[in-house]
Amino acid sequence: MRKWFLLPARVWMALFFACPLAIVCAYSFLTRGDYGGVEQPWTIESFTRLADPLYLAILWRSIWIAALSTALCALLGFPLALFISRSGRRKNLYLQLVLLPFWTSFLVRTYAWLFILRDTGLVNTVLTGLHLISRPLQLLYNDGAVLLGLVYNFLPFFVLPMYATLERLDPALLEAAADLGARPFATLWRVVIPISAPGFVAGSMLVFIPCLGAYLTPDLLGGGKSVMLGNLIQNQFTTARDWPFGSAASLVLMLASALILSGLMRSRVARELM
Amino acid sequence: MRESVLELRQVVKDFSGHRAVDHVCLTLERGGFYSLLGPSGCGKTTTLRMIGGFEQPSAGEILLNGVAVNGLKPWQRDVSTVFQSYALFPHLDALRNVEFGLRERGIEDRERRALRALELVQLSDKRDRRPAQLSGGEKQRVALARSLVLEPQLLLLDEPLAALDPGLRKQMRAELKAMQRKTGITFLFVTHDREEALSMSDKLAVMNQGRIEQFGTPQDVYLRPATPFVAGFLGAINWFGKAGVRPESTRVAREMPEGMPCLRAAVESSLFLGNCVHLNAALDGGGRAIAEIPRDSNHFQEGEIVWLHWTPSDEVRFEP
Repeated sequence: MRKWFLLPARVWMALFFACPLAIVCAYSFLTRGDYGGVEQPWTIESFTRLADPLYLAILWRSIWIAALSTALCALLGFPLALFISRSGRRKNLYLQLVLLPFWTSFLVRTYAWLFILRDTGLVNTVLTGLHLISRPLQLLYNDGAVLLGLVYNFLPFFVLPMYATLERLDPALLEAAADLGARPFATLWRVVIPISAPGFVAGSMLVFIPCLGAYLTPDLLGGGKSVMLGNLIQNQFTTARDWPFGSAASLVLMLASALILSGLMRSRVARELM
Repeated sequence: MRESVLELRQVVKDFSGHRAVDHVCLTLERGGFYSLLGPSGCGKTTTLRMIGGFEQPSAGEILLNGVAVNGLKPWQRDVSTVFQSYALFPHLDALRNVEFGLRERGIEDRERRALRALELVQLSDKRDRRPAQLSGGEKQRVALARSLVLEPQLLLLDEPLAALDPGLRKQMRAELKAMQRKTGITFLFVTHDREEALSMSDKLAVMNQGRIEQFGTPQDVYLRPATPFVAGFLGAINWFGKAGVRPESTRVAREMPEGMPCLRAAVESSLFLGNCVHLNAALDGGGRAIAEIPRDSNHFQEGEIVWLHWTPSDEVRFEP
């Protein structure tokens, strides 16, 4: 009886995950058609092309930007989660505020940053109005703008699992540390942070993986100048009409995510504390 | 007179309109085993937390070795607490838990000291275990070692035996007492269990509604309670007019005894408890009484009319 409960999920995964994945796999080993699509013969040319320094640089950039976004989310999210977990009755209010951005769509929120950061946008208007700068600052279409957009959009995904971990932290442990001679900073460093390692791992995965494959944010805020793997893939399926190459890049992205994920899951902290 | 390690002077603690601790005065001499005994909500844990530095008194003074420590943070006080939940650090093994305080307080020779403390609580072989791999009793010992290794002026124990199963609890009583004697550190033990407090303490303070009702030796508080509350909290007591008599001092006879106080009563039930018999009786003048009598004494029937009698020296009386 129990095994039937899995049936809907199995059908769903087969139809919308396994089948498309098989198709992507197959396409990546075929030749590009002149107007998109794929043709015979089978080849591994798409994968060898990925080894081109140009594409390796994009892969490296993607990993670097995703890692930096994750680190910034951790830096901003950990104190925030710690604050919320110690706020008593206000906890729920603060959690709602963290989730507030989800009330509007991802796309709209990212567009909103365009209006804030562009040459005639809020920031530049205010700064020129105050005569702090004479001509608008170039705030858009660079790595900084992409990083800002990613951190802004994915911060809640770090805060929530971090909060869940810190919430379970026994307050008596903090008192015990103080009792044994630890000042607040030492308690944070030697007790709170090590014990909340699972929250760091979970939050980092939830931020790093979507950032690695981010497409919309680098597209809108990075313009053509800050290309990530997601933009490369999109480009291959649309303008470049090279489906096999786009498929190969998708597989590499998926593989990179899977490797990093399993690396984190196998890490000592995760094994010992999860 | 021996030097006092702790002195509470008119200590008060208010929590938003509720007075948890009400003008408590207490002086502990170095090297003793002391208990704070009372029902839940009597303020004993709050008192302990104020001594540990986790709460600030609303009024009054706390002196450690004659120096006021009001306002000092927990890490600035030379006292240590064994928490009810043990509060062991889950990410550190037993040895590193014990070393934690030594490291924070910048004490040299950490490993040797920590190992010696683990030896004292007989856990040398579990030094590599994480708290999750230790039993309740073992966690308790690690928590104890973690505090004892710092050789504090005063060790505070917040109902440390409450989470253990009854057999282990009795064994730990004897061990705690032995450890206190061996280390010479002053222990202040908070409990709601009168047997624990009576069996371990040199002196105990009985608390009720934020006040200390009596501070004395176990014999004092049990045999010569200062208030009706103390008398009742430390054990069952029969009220025969103005005199209180403990069940074990209450005797039962079929014939009216000569030359000692007695009352007529009807046997309601007789319960065999193994080591003794509990006889419940309804007094003629109204009210009930319990007599704890040897099991090989006469067998009394339900409904039987008996005489309850006692020796005047066993009476507990309160001055009006």
